[in-house]
Amino acid sequence: MLLIHCPYCEQDLPELEFAYGGEAHIARPADPSALTDEEWRDYLFIRSNPRGVHFERWRHVHGCARFFNAVRETVGDKFLMTYKTGEPRPSEEEVEARLKELSA
Amino acid sequence: MEGRMDAYARFRPESSTVPASGPVAIRILPEVARFSLRIAPADLGVASEAFGVALPGRIGEIAAFGSRRALCLGPDEWLLHAEEEEAHVIEAAFAERYAATPHSLVAIGDREIGISLEGEEAATLLSTGCPIDLERLAPGTGKRTIFDSVSVVLIREEKDRFTLEAWRSFMPHVLGLLETANRELAAGL
Repeated sequence: MLLIHCPYCEQDLPELEFAYGGEAHIARPADPSALTDEEWRDYLFIRSNPRGVHFERWRHVHGCARFFNAVRETVGDKFLMTYKTGEPRPSEEEVEARLKELSA
Repeated sequence: MEGRMDAYARFRPESSTVPASGPVAIRILPEVARFSLRIAPADLGVASEAFGVALPGRIGEIAAFGSRRALCLGPDEWLLHAEEEEAHVIEAAFAERYAATPHSLVAIGDREIGISLEGEEAATLLSTGCPIDLERLAPGTGKRTIFDSVSVVLIREEKDRFTLEAWRSFMPHVLGLLETANRELAAGL
């Protein structure tokens, strides 16, 4: 079972306590009525689905109940880091450094 | 219908004892007043004053004064316990402060049932349905977690004594699993 670090509880806790919340850092358009149908479709449905590093939302639903963001490497299914909602997305260097640390 | 009514009657704490089936004593705890409090962490002082207990700021911590106690469940969420007779006093104390300090106080006493698990093998018994590392749940702390598929609040009162609270309608399921596992422990499985 995966252990996920909850940035609010500050503990590594079992995956069963968490729920997946889709891709992170997708901002809702400020004025949806100004969008074309294609742009609105892209906002609603089109996701990056990368092979490798993925920024995603998780919710500690059976714990503190907070949403937070996580960086996960989708090939090896390894969590690189988690951070609180509202905090800036980790830089590429930070993600690279963490990847190296995990593969070492 | 008859059978279902029996099941409800069974989970009325005053009419219920769980059959002793193994090394862990499982008891249904008397009803208490429970509140779910949501308030901005910056206003914690106001809530502490209203409740009469200094509310803990870290997730998992418990603070108690007399029969009142508070468990911090999330960054802005607390579970409050008190004697049933005191429920109105607590509601009034919070209502008084509502205008100046917006918050949410919801009575959830009747929604949940608490059970106590006591015995050297209590942690082993809980580990049959609860995925967290119980070694790391220190005595005197608690957290919301999951038991089988049920969201529960688990408090470690002492090393070998736990309190588990779950929604009333889930309790037959939780107790059934615990009794079965308790029998397995007794049989040495």
